[in-house]
Amino acid sequence: MADSTITLAAGAKVARPARAGRLGLALGLSAVVLLALVPPVASALGDPFYVRVVTRMMVFAIMAISLDLVLGFGGMVSFGHAMFVGAAAYVVGIAGHHAAAGSALALGPLVLTGSTNAWIVWPLAIAVSALLAFVFGAIALRTSGLYFIMITLAFAQMLYFVAVSAQPYGGADGLPLETAPTLGPLDTGSRRTLYYIALACMVAVFLLCRRIVGSRFGLVLRASRFNQPRLAAVGVPVYRYRLAAFVISGAIAGLAGVLLASSQAFVSPADLSWLRSGELIVMVVLGGMATLYGPILGAFFYLLAEFVLGHFTEHWQLVMGPLLVLVVLYAKGGLASLLPVARKGGAR
Amino acid sequence: MSLMFEQLLNGLQFGMMLFLMASGLTLVVGIMNFINLAHGTLYMAGAFLAVAFHALTGSYLLALGLAIAATALLGLVIELLVAQPLYQRDHLDQVLCTFGIILFLNELARVIWGSAPLRMDVPPWLDGSVDLAGIGYPVYRLAIIAVSAAVAIGLHLVITRTRLGMLIRAGAADRTMVVGLGVNIQLLYALVFAVGAGLAALSGILAAPIFTVQTGMGDHILILTLVVIVIGGIGSVHGALAAALLVGVIDTVGRVSLPTGFGNVLIYVLMASILFWRPRGLFPSHG
Repeated sequence: MADSTITLAAGAKVARPARAGRLGLALGLSAVVLLALVPPVASALGDPFYVRVVTRMMVFAIMAISLDLVLGFGGMVSFGHAMFVGAAAYVVGIAGHHAAAGSALALGPLVLTGSTNAWIVWPLAIAVSALLAFVFGAIALRTSGLYFIMITLAFAQMLYFVAVSAQPYGGADGLPLETAPTLGPLDTGSRRTLYYIALACMVAVFLLCRRIVGSRFGLVLRASRFNQPRLAAVGVPVYRYRLAAFVISGAIAGLAGVLLASSQAFVSPADLSWLRSGELIVMVVLGGMATLYGPILGAFFYLLAEFVLGHFTEHWQLVMGPLLVLVVLYAKGGLASLLPVARKGGAR
Repeated sequence: MSLMFEQLLNGLQFGMMLFLMASGLTLVVGIMNFINLAHGTLYMAGAFLAVAFHALTGSYLLALGLAIAATALLGLVIELLVAQPLYQRDHLDQVLCTFGIILFLNELARVIWGSAPLRMDVPPWLDGSVDLAGIGYPVYRLAIIAVSAAVAIGLHLVITRTRLGMLIRAGAADRTMVVGLGVNIQLLYALVFAVGAGLAALSGILAAPIFTVQTGMGDHILILTLVVIVIGGIGSVHGALAAALLVGVIDTVGRVSLPTGFGNVLIYVLMASILFWRPRGLFPSHG
């Protein structure tokens, strides 16, 4: 890995990751244009259902990018990432529930009224996810390897059972989102509006993560995946860097959770179950770890497979399971390695 | 008071079932350094196969034996096809591949047996209840405790008194050294994997009359089993026993005495705090 030869002293030149170049830019732009064309084409075909399907894909793509930031670039196998998604989704759901019922939520001395104003609820939801990531990450990052996998899983299960037992908020049955939040003049209940919000968020998250990964911070994060003692010896507070990455990742997952709640108009414990966390890892690895196109491709591919195979047979997982085993055993680069813009010699 | 006693017994019984799951998995993780998420699926496979063999043969004991053997065989197939190429790979690859197996086998069970839960009846000769300190306690649950205790004693004897057990302990403490001493490690791995699969099947079969037999039944118990082996210390069968009983009792009692759901949360709080203070579990087997 060329990165490890770079001096991290102040003022030293920090290498940027291989630039995608013109071809990558062209591919990316055409993908965005194509995605932007989906709603008009779908309504021309008289099948607005596709708008929902693609919205879901983009929301999952955001989740996958957020996971890749810690999993692919930082080497932290978080097996509970759905908890940050679910937590934010529940914040939106609970705020909407109280707004609809006209009741207040008392948290000790703090009394909150419900709200469907997205300018208030969405940042709050993302902040809650980031806070959770901070608290859980601070504990989990003290461990490594197998134990890190287990402890993130345990935290996610904790939250899962809290959701299951939250009877006022639907318990195991989940919580319907009665009124869609409004984002200024935008009504997120409209499928088309939500579609473009999700598209904008996905592009923004992609660009943000590209900046992060290419920055000095990202360099430390990527290096920490390979050799933490060495980084520490150079004088980098590795733990703090990794925790910061974990919190950023949690916040982005929270953004995805907010969009998920709106796109489903429903939140349930299934949104933070360990199987969902597993699916997210699958998406990242299918697409290609430690690339930013990869998670998007992986999420689209996974949900497309679910949708298309699910069209022929409800037992589509009979195909997905073995496919996953084969990809891991024989095609570790994932889908992203098939792209002409794939990073050379990147992930292992 | 008698309610508490009954719940303690239930906790003991649940803990013993968790031990059957955990003893196999802790060895697989400890010796092969292999995270086998499909362990819960083997639990499910055991239960489904027992129902099928019971319908076929009409004999509970025969069904029990056949289902355990068939699941052990399934474990061997998984070991050969998927696990072996993965022993040298990192944990993420193992998690993914065994997750793929879960997806596949859960769906396969749905194709063969459908989504509706199946019932497995308690064999007539274990039906009924006995009077224990003033409460009527089901004989079947006592039988589970007895069978699991017998397995635990058997495992203890094998691990502490035999050459095989010595190799297993040596493998959990230092895998490379065991290979260096010229032990046929492939054979040891396959054997441990198959026995673990058989024990998981036994646990699933014993659980079948208490819970229902359905796809996905292994998913929740898998997580609890992982909690048990992490608390107990990976690679330690004795640690697995202690942790399984701890988790079984806390989970069962917590579920009764705390508001719904919070009993479940308790286990994970316990695990997080144990990992925080003793990152290698209660009975670490690695040096």
